[in-house]
Amino acid sequence: MAETQIKNFTLNFGPQHPSAHGVLRLVLEMDGETIERADPHVGLLHRGTEKLIEYKSYLQAIPYFDRLDYVAPQNQEHAFALAVEKLLGIQAPLRGQYIRVLYAEIGRILNHIFTVCAFAMDVGAMTPMLWGFEQREILMEFCERVCGARLHMNYFRPGGVSLDLPAGLADDIWKWTEEFPKCIDDLENLLTENRIFKQRCVDVGALDAQQALDWGFSGPNLRAAGVAWDLRKAQPYDVYDRLDFDVPVGKHGDCYDRYLVRMYELRESLKIMRQCLQDMPPGPVKVDDRKVAPPPRAEMKHSMEALIHHFKLYTEGYHVPEGETYTVVEAPKGEFGVYLVADGTNRPYRCKIRPPGYAHLQAMDLLCRGHMLADVVAVLGSLDIVFGEIDR
Amino acid sequence: MDLALRDLGEYVQAAMQAVVVSVDFPRDELVVVVQREAIVRVLTFLRDDVNCQFKQLMDVCGVDYPGRVERFEVVYNLLSLTQNRRIRIKLTTDEQTPVPTVTGVFSSAGWWERETWDLFGIWFRDNPDPRRILSDYGFEGHPLRKDFPLTGYVEVRWDDEQRRIVYEPVKLTQDFRNFDFLSPWEGVQALLPGDEKAKQGEKH
Repeated sequence: MAETQIKNFTLNFGPQHPSAHGVLRLVLEMDGETIERADPHVGLLHRGTEKLIEYKSYLQAIPYFDRLDYVAPQNQEHAFALAVEKLLGIQAPLRGQYIRVLYAEIGRILNHIFTVCAFAMDVGAMTPMLWGFEQREILMEFCERVCGARLHMNYFRPGGVSLDLPAGLADDIWKWTEEFPKCIDDLENLLTENRIFKQRCVDVGALDAQQALDWGFSGPNLRAAGVAWDLRKAQPYDVYDRLDFDVPVGKHGDCYDRYLVRMYELRESLKIMRQCLQDMPPGPVKVDDRKVAPPPRAEMKHSMEALIHHFKLYTEGYHVPEGETYTVVEAPKGEFGVYLVADGTNRPYRCKIRPPGYAHLQAMDLLCRGHMLADVVAVLGSLDIVFGEIDR
Repeated sequence: MDLALRDLGEYVQAAMQAVVVSVDFPRDELVVVVQREAIVRVLTFLRDDVNCQFKQLMDVCGVDYPGRVERFEVVYNLLSLTQNRRIRIKLTTDEQTPVPTVTGVFSSAGWWERETWDLFGIWFRDNPDPRRILSDYGFEGHPLRKDFPLTGYVEVRWDDEQRRIVYEPVKLTQDFRNFDFLSPWEGVQALLPGDEKAKQGEKH
């Protein structure tokens, strides 16, 4: 009897697929419904951010960071602000640091709500998306009230933040932190012990700690694999060393653990936000150095020198002394690094952006091999992929 | 100054004496420049040595210095979770000379090397998957080189007659403006004609 030869066939997943989380073209080689090889094609959203930054002054470069991971824009700005501060040898005043941490944690919650709910929708649960986005809308209002923009904040500056919190905002955020745990409980009620959800997640896309390190994982994905590592604890920046919070660590490194780690991080972020609001001292929010931070508007009305400083800052910008640094923050998705090379002029000579999702997506082949087609969607959703940062 | 970091730098230098070109500590970061061909050996040592344990390769990237003989710098950023330290390994190369791949040491290097090849045109020898990654299918040139114009060479548009995307040379409606803020009084120390006479006068 002649044996039937079954040929593998190739399936194009994306780039226009709702669960491709943006513009991922995933070429899958399938044997029946089993994945033999996954080959992600990225770069469909490449905008040349790094090249553009080389032609902008340090101040003009900040908005580009919002547009990387557009789900949590604050955290990217934070990395760039810290890198420039390191090269300039300045430090933000305490209140500025607290505000930055407060908004970085708002960014983390924005991101985790989005990721968890979109992931749930990918595997078939529609309701969490609708509930989660209500909360996201409230958080975006907090962003709007402090800087005028809901999404692309352009709020953090080398040397602090651009504006102080308006009156009443801190109280409203505090009130929200009291209400939000109810929403987390609701989401967990829907998902954590949900049989369908668990069937789609548990033991899907698992990798051990050794593999996670080898593939350059970071953030919740690394912690889900059982590695207790958080840059906020290990290499604290701004005021994270003054704050008390726990770092959740998973065990199995599968989709379910990644989900659980994010859910716990939501609660920890709330803890950090509340401490920030309690401990935040009064005072200036940006450095008192007119060569880096602009003078107050009122001063410009009568001081010639203030006017000159303002004009110089917004045309030429400031010159950053020659040097280089690799500065990282714990962004919601993992280690977001900025390798900044300055040559003494008012523009970065080279600004390499290290997006955490790039390393995670690279492991798609490893995670998907041998799984079914439907699991690809679950793995992709649980890895927390946003193409703004991967394609840059 | 972080003494433990200095110790680590000296330890790496002593262990890899033959291939380490220089060890530096700018702004409390450890930077080690190594010879190009030894990169696999160095990274394997850093990963496996019990005092280093740099188990994670976080980033590989290029930097272009067109004025130098070997114009490219390849930068590897490593992270050790157990030591809670970072180290930056650098090497230099030019357009022709390939760099040995480190995908055998760290799996994460694959895409970073593809990206460096795509954006800078630095070839990584024996990389198992040397395709371009970020730029368009069929893209020509290496956009992050300093001699590549910011506006690029081609632009795309949808052609209604041909019913497909077409590539055309870039047409700018407004000339590309590049503001030079290097003030002649503080930036470049340009010698204005006649200035040298002033110095000559001082000597007499």
